[in-house]
Amino acid sequence: MHDHHHHDHGDDDHDNHMDPMTARVRALETILTQKGLVDPAALDAIIETVETRIGPRNGARVVARAWTDPDFAARLRDDATSAVAEMGYGGRQGEHLQAVFNSDDEHNLVVCTLCSCYPWLVLGLPPVWYKSPPYRARAVRDPRGVLAEFGVILPDTTRIRVWDSTAELRYIVVPQRPAGTDGMDAEALAELVTRDSMIGCGLAQGPGT
Amino acid sequence: MNGPQDLGGRDGFGPVSPETREPLFHADWEKRALALTLAAGALGHWTLDESRHARESLPPLTYYGSSYYEIWIRALEILLQRHGEVGADELAAGHMLRAGLRPERRLQAAQVAPVMARGGPVDRPVRTPARFAPGDTVRTRNHQPRGHTRLPGYAREKTGVIEAVRGVHVYPDSHAHGRGEDPHWLYTVAFDGRTLWGDAAAPGLTVSIDAWEPYLEPA
Repeated sequence: MHDHHHHDHGDDDHDNHMDPMTARVRALETILTQKGLVDPAALDAIIETVETRIGPRNGARVVARAWTDPDFAARLRDDATSAVAEMGYGGRQGEHLQAVFNSDDEHNLVVCTLCSCYPWLVLGLPPVWYKSPPYRARAVRDPRGVLAEFGVILPDTTRIRVWDSTAELRYIVVPQRPAGTDGMDAEALAELVTRDSMIGCGLAQGPGT
Repeated sequence: MNGPQDLGGRDGFGPVSPETREPLFHADWEKRALALTLAAGALGHWTLDESRHARESLPPLTYYGSSYYEIWIRALEILLQRHGEVGADELAAGHMLRAGLRPERRLQAAQVAPVMARGGPVDRPVRTPARFAPGDTVRTRNHQPRGHTRLPGYAREKTGVIEAVRGVHVYPDSHAHGRGEDPHWLYTVAFDGRTLWGDAAAPGLTVSIDAWEPYLEPA
């Protein structure tokens, strides 16, 4: 991706038009690189990792397997870190993973009121709203109101269970398997598992939606 | 600390605003900010808990007025200065004025994948019996240190039930301040919504936190 299409001037001129945060971050990277403390190639490798190797497709595969493989679902409930390791997922911000399962009676919602704790390993980097004050403030106190802002209206009889990620445990919600998906295999089912459904702010999509 | 980060239950921040087709990053500098933070962390001067404390120690007006990765960069500048790797004069100049302290610890590109895949588990060997068991009723202490803590304000002095014993984990209240890992038992504690929010609580609401043993006393 190139960002030159709206700039037709040279590099020096471009620098003069840098926004304050670009200039601030570039200065810090320059200082640390000159001091030999940071390798720009390592920064590129970190960015590539978070852009391509982690993300909600990993979590969707975990959920779809839990829907189709009761033994795996039991292992996921018992020790999610080990269960997802079977699928090749392990590492940063997922070292102590917990899977929580939605049912007709109970809906799970995950938040970090104190910062932005999130299961990178299975969901990738958190969206801006997850890290922002409105969600962090209200998820624990007014979860039904928050869910309504995502278009999710639950029956009054459904209990709501909110998990505040105040330690290094990281939570992934296993949403309920949608109706009308009996014949589908795990690969097709994974397409129905949205990121938001694994935070608890959404539901898995029905087939054909 | 009773800082701007402790947001649970606060009013006035408005509705949640999910973006449709949200990009992973909203500007190229955000990518560099994330990567710089992780790479500088690999130098080993500070812990993840200390970096969280640096972010929450920003003045409230700065914290609330900054985007997420701006908070990260402001905290990173503070950490690098605190640990002597970068001076305010260098930040002002935009280039190096003195040699770095730990170039031998520089994260190499080839290490990135294994380091991220290894992660940083914080569970530690069990040396003492757990004080509480699932089903026990506990009360959170009026624990509000001036430094870092992971007991949210809304869950102080509240009665809840131990739902799970999670093992022995590094204790952030010590680890953030250079006092070692000081591992303690960690529990998931569930609170009835009315306990936290009074009569206004949504019916059928349960909220849980993960709480270290020093936060808890028998109820």
